Amino acid sequence: MKQLVIIMMAVFALYSCGNKPNKNESAQPASKITLTAAGATFPMPYYNMVFSQYTQSTGTQLTYGGIGSGGGIRSLTDKVIDFGATDAFLDDTAMIKMPAEIVHIPTVLGAVVIAYNLPGVDSLRLSNQLLEDIFMGNVKKWNDPKIKSNNPGLNLPDLSITVVVRSDGSGTTHIFSDYMTKISKVWAEKVGVGKSLQWPVGMGAKGNPGVAGTISQTQGAIGYIGSEYAFAQKIQTAKVQNSAGNYIAPTIASVSAAAQAEIPADTRIMLTNPAAADAYPISGFTWIILYKEQNYNNRSKDQALATVKFLDWLVSAQAQAEAEKVHYSPLPAETAEKAKAILRTVTYDGQPLLNQ
Amino acid sequence: MNSDKITKIILLFSSFIILFVAGGMVFSLVKGAIPAFKSFGAGFVFSNTWNPTQGSENYGALPFIAGTVITSVTALLISLPLSFSASLFLGEYYRGTRMAKVLGTMVDLLAGIPSIVYGLWGFYVLRPFLVGLGLPNQGFGVFTASIILAIMIIPYATSLSNEIIMMVPNELKEAAYSLGATKSEVIFNVIVPSARSGIIAGYILSFGRALGETMAVTMLIGNANVIPDGFFSTGNTMASVIANQFGEADGLKLSSLIAIGLLLFLITGVINAAGKFIIKKLN
Repeated sequence: MKQLVIIMMAVFALYSCGNKPNKNESAQPASKITLTAAGATFPMPYYNMVFSQYTQSTGTQLTYGGIGSGGGIRSLTDKVIDFGATDAFLDDTAMIKMPAEIVHIPTVLGAVVIAYNLPGVDSLRLSNQLLEDIFMGNVKKWNDPKIKSNNPGLNLPDLSITVVVRSDGSGTTHIFSDYMTKISKVWAEKVGVGKSLQWPVGMGAKGNPGVAGTISQTQGAIGYIGSEYAFAQKIQTAKVQNSAGNYIAPTIASVSAAAQAEIPADTRIMLTNPAAADAYPISGFTWIILYKEQNYNNRSKDQALATVKFLDWLVSAQAQAEAEKVHYSPLPAETAEKAKAILRTVTYDGQPLLNQ
Repeated sequence: MNSDKITKIILLFSSFIILFVAGGMVFSLVKGAIPAFKSFGAGFVFSNTWNPTQGSENYGALPFIAGTVITSVTALLISLPLSFSASLFLGEYYRGTRMAKVLGTMVDLLAGIPSIVYGLWGFYVLRPFLVGLGLPNQGFGVFTASIILAIMIIPYATSLSNEIIMMVPNELKEAAYSLGATKSEVIFNVIVPSARSGIIAGYILSFGRALGETMAVTMLIGNANVIPDGFFSTGNTMASVIANQFGEADGLKLSSLIAIGLLLFLITGVINAAGKFIIKKLN
């Protein structure tokens, strides 16, 4: 029995040794603070780039887990991250369900592109009706007269249309289905809006990278993905008809044009199908969400300050200028001002963390 | 206290941990699945809708149960003749030869390859090949998934039956040969009957592996949440729908995924029990 006791004591000693360094870590000075974030994959190419730039210039360590918008919201609910990221803002009922009040910080504008794989076809135009027909499964062949009449001069092959959708829940799906609901009554009735849907047709792939990979590997495929995933893999994207009737390619300018509408003070707005004549219609903000009161779960004030300082930098002109490198559109100046104003309402023990 | 007692206590303790973990797993699966079964009743198992749209949420497990059973049974049927011949080749016909040694090593190697590697190969090599043969849906679907599953379980089943066949006592075989039996007579009248329960156990284990296989299937089956309406159409399996959707799921959807996990657990349990029963009967 004595031996057993000695073994047990040794195990406990080892265990407590293993714990000690962690406790020291959280008490380290501001320069070595680690911020943990998780959420949407849609803005991940942008976040990966600017997060590492911020780490290089300030020493604040940042880690971002691309686990999907829903995962980001859940991680913030569980209070295991410093801030979450989502492409779908929380509506009022979802806000109430959170354990404490949260705020939304828009970080960048992105487009959901309609990507397709048809060798030799490089300027596909999709009307609202065609999008409905393809994603409802009514048009099954690429050389369908409906597609042909909308794309005179294109040599469309006799190939089946393979619709590729997200198999996991996704903010990208939310933006796309929000747009489809606005342009198609049939869609609104039968499918609706959501982060995951009951698809009338199509096969699923996981995550933006999964859909992009499947499209690029599958002739005749069409699907919706965050724009950077299409551009990075050089997948063709369709011109989509906007509410003014123009066919618009997803470019930085046309996505920026979508954000010319009046943005509410809390920035929670869907930008799909805007009125502007030159706007790409399937675009939207992506947000970072955090608790308004930053003193929770024994977080230090340094940790809280580092969080809001970083976010304040993220919406600054310097960080926003980087967005175009990865095919996102910077926030309009007024929206960035609104984001900064929201950040100045974030408190620690009731005291605002940033100066006015 | 002597070392014998200490060993006893440690062993008891470790065994108890296993029991505790298994029990805890069942408990948490059942607990997590309760909301789904409360909302949908037993109909959850037989309903074929999977509608995650907020406001009209409705979940049923039938498409995934169908996908899992169809792909696994097909895979088993494809793998049966191949792995059975391979195990006879290795365990009897060419036993002890250099060729059998090389082949045996290869089989063991294949059995140890992670499923994601099979998935990659299936996605980039097998699928385009099948498309070239005229398979619809760009090669995604139940058929392709079954083939990759079969390839994955062939080495598994071969390796297990090979071991059993090698264990058949030489005296038995020699007795048969001395009576003038041919090689095929020895195989089918002596070796197979005496190794029968072991071979069947091997196939049941392989079937169990096919049921729970996730990654390679997800990459090839097309992940359409409907009952496959043909051999070449897309579908989804229980393991693959969980892997795909757990990250974003909450509330009723999460509970439904856990319920599917529980069903998979039960199906695997039933298969294993059936296997044990068959072995007992044959012995």
